[in-house]
Amino acid sequence: MKSQILSVLVENQSGVLARVSGLFSRRGYNIESLVVGRSESPEISRMTIVACGDEAQIEQVKKQLNKLIEVIKVTDITEKEHVERELALIKVNAEPGDMRSEVMQIAGIFRAKVIDVGSKSVVLEITGDSGKINAIEELLKPYGIYEMVRTGKVALQRGSATVLNSK
Amino acid sequence: MKTGAQILIESLKDEGTDVIFGYPGGSVLPIYDVLYDSGIKHILVRHEQAAVHAADGYARASGKTGVCLATSGPGACNLISGIATANMDSVPVIALTGQVPTGMLGNDAFQESDITGITMPVTKHNYLVNDTGSIRRVVKEAFFIAGTGRKGPVLIDLPKDVQTGQTDEGENPNVEISLRGYKPTYRGHPKQIKSAMKLITEAKKPIIYAGGGVIASDSSAELVKLAERFDLPVTTTMMGLGAIPAHHPLNLGMLGMHGTEAANYAITECDLLIAIGARFDDRVTGKIELFAPNAKVIHIDVDPAEIGKNKAVDVPIVGDAGEVLRDMISLAETLDIKKKEPWLTKIEDWRENHMMKYRDDKELHPQYIIEQLSGILEGEGIIVSEVGQNQMWAAQYFGFKMPRQWISSGGLGTMGYGFPAAIGAQFAKPDETVVLIAGDGSFQMNIQELGTVSQYNVPVKMLILNNMYLGMVRQWQELFYEKRYSYTELPQVDFVGIAAAYGIPGVKVEEKGEVKDALKKAMETDGPYLIDFRIEREENVFPMVPAGAAISDMIGCHIPDEKEALK
Repeated sequence: MKSQILSVLVENQSGVLARVSGLFSRRGYNIESLVVGRSESPEISRMTIVACGDEAQIEQVKKQLNKLIEVIKVTDITEKEHVERELALIKVNAEPGDMRSEVMQIAGIFRAKVIDVGSKSVVLEITGDSGKINAIEELLKPYGIYEMVRTGKVALQRGSATVLNSK
Repeated sequence: MKTGAQILIESLKDEGTDVIFGYPGGSVLPIYDVLYDSGIKHILVRHEQAAVHAADGYARASGKTGVCLATSGPGACNLISGIATANMDSVPVIALTGQVPTGMLGNDAFQESDITGITMPVTKHNYLVNDTGSIRRVVKEAFFIAGTGRKGPVLIDLPKDVQTGQTDEGENPNVEISLRGYKPTYRGHPKQIKSAMKLITEAKKPIIYAGGGVIASDSSAELVKLAERFDLPVTTTMMGLGAIPAHHPLNLGMLGMHGTEAANYAITECDLLIAIGARFDDRVTGKIELFAPNAKVIHIDVDPAEIGKNKAVDVPIVGDAGEVLRDMISLAETLDIKKKEPWLTKIEDWRENHMMKYRDDKELHPQYIIEQLSGILEGEGIIVSEVGQNQMWAAQYFGFKMPRQWISSGGLGTMGYGFPAAIGAQFAKPDETVVLIAGDGSFQMNIQELGTVSQYNVPVKMLILNNMYLGMVRQWQELFYEKRYSYTELPQVDFVGIAAAYGIPGVKVEEKGEVKDALKKAMETDGPYLIDFRIEREENVFPMVPAGAAISDMIGCHIPDEKEALK
């Protein structure tokens, strides 16, 4: 089972997300994350889908996505040169004193931003690849994580290559 | 200024729609008001499911796009199994549904259902139209999507206020459609076609496996031409029956679960499998690992997602079957062709000894009825089946000569499809003889359509192979569940009496000797006619590949003669 990153351009219309997510569930494909938002063009949305499966399954996922009328282009960028990022907000226990300074130290090492401070907690914002976010999550766990939210992966190809001009 | 309903009907006319199968209701009143004197023929069915099946039968018989119309909520929901049927068999159908006004959407209003949400998995595409100005574009796109590439059903959901809204926009019949996400590939890649031709010239034991795609792309003539040019034996799926004449010396008949021994043996032994417009369905392949286990595979299909889905392919060719076959034929002119003699001798032997056979004694066997029907029609006419044993006997014994002569629900296997589809086919081909072959179970699934047949005097000939069982399920219970006939027995029904109540003539046939005269009488009758054949009750469909077995592992190939049977 491999994880593949699919960058998918779709018409920015209501119902497209339902069509795409419905396709995954009814054909039994596994989805790790799906992020959707406006692209460089207001009438086109970009979905970044991380799907896992063997080669034949991923091939079917791509072909079935392509069959949806509102899907404009599907590109598998896993093997292409690309950059990928994920953002997480982590609300962590940080009692004033040693605990708080240790948490702040970890945040500093990971270049996480402190975006809220409460009497007993802080909220950290961290950006990076999924491994980095997993790592800070592990380090913060002993202090007590109250809540966490992750965006899922977004990715773009390096250089001037785009989904529309790539094969 | 025009209303949405007016623009809708004009747009349908622009697309060449001459008949709509429908059922009115509250949310489509504005459309029905325009239809009233529009010049488009509207056929009032007795259940919405029949409307969509009739539109599907119309499409399969004519090659054009069929149109059906239903109201919101229950009306729309009643279309679903018909839409799914058309989707599985790639049939171009437009389903128009009424919807509650846009302001009430999502409020659980009276007769509201989220039909675009419900039909998403069973349509090629669907639309919820939210402004009157876009109706013309949506209709144009819908017909384009339904009728091109791998064909399929498209649903258009029209809220009532969109139907009544007025606009002077969207009146231009030449409205541009832009579907940047939809660009079917028609021409096959030249390099791939060349590779395919190389494999064909090198193969010692090649075979063509042709499916419904050959019928859908109207490329039967090309198929036969290619087969003859290279002496390639052909087997077809049930959906592909008629793509090559049944009695053509290269035709091995249907393959798969109830296919001929000849076809299934040839597939198992072949060294090159040329799949054209077929999708390696489990009813065709049996155990997929043992389907053409020693063969290289060429797969031609207009839908790239079908290629490599179930079986690994050596030469994939994405394209319209007709376009690709024409390119292959023109390339073939330059090739040196060797006759594949030992293979052809074997094929000939299989054709002689391993085609369809049944025990023909004094009892009334369904296979005999189909053979007699074929004889009387000289293999012509349009045969529409229901689903089950009746369907398989019709597929096995009619002997189809031409494409679009055989109409049957393949992928979804929808009981209740045949009768309304036969009505639709008759409207597409008013001068052809349309014969429905049904079982007593499936006929009762849409038996209310006797009302439609009667109202419009649709001259469909209804043949019921009546064994007082849900026969195919009973057969499985006999073979795999120790004859525990759990809920498959049906009480006797006086079908002739029911037909008579609708003013339709008919006759009951209980003896073999009465078959020919009854069939002749039916065909000579000007108008609808029903025959209730009381057939041998526990007749089975053979040969048969048990589910999950290899297709060479058939049961029921040996037909005992009368003496053996008595033991």
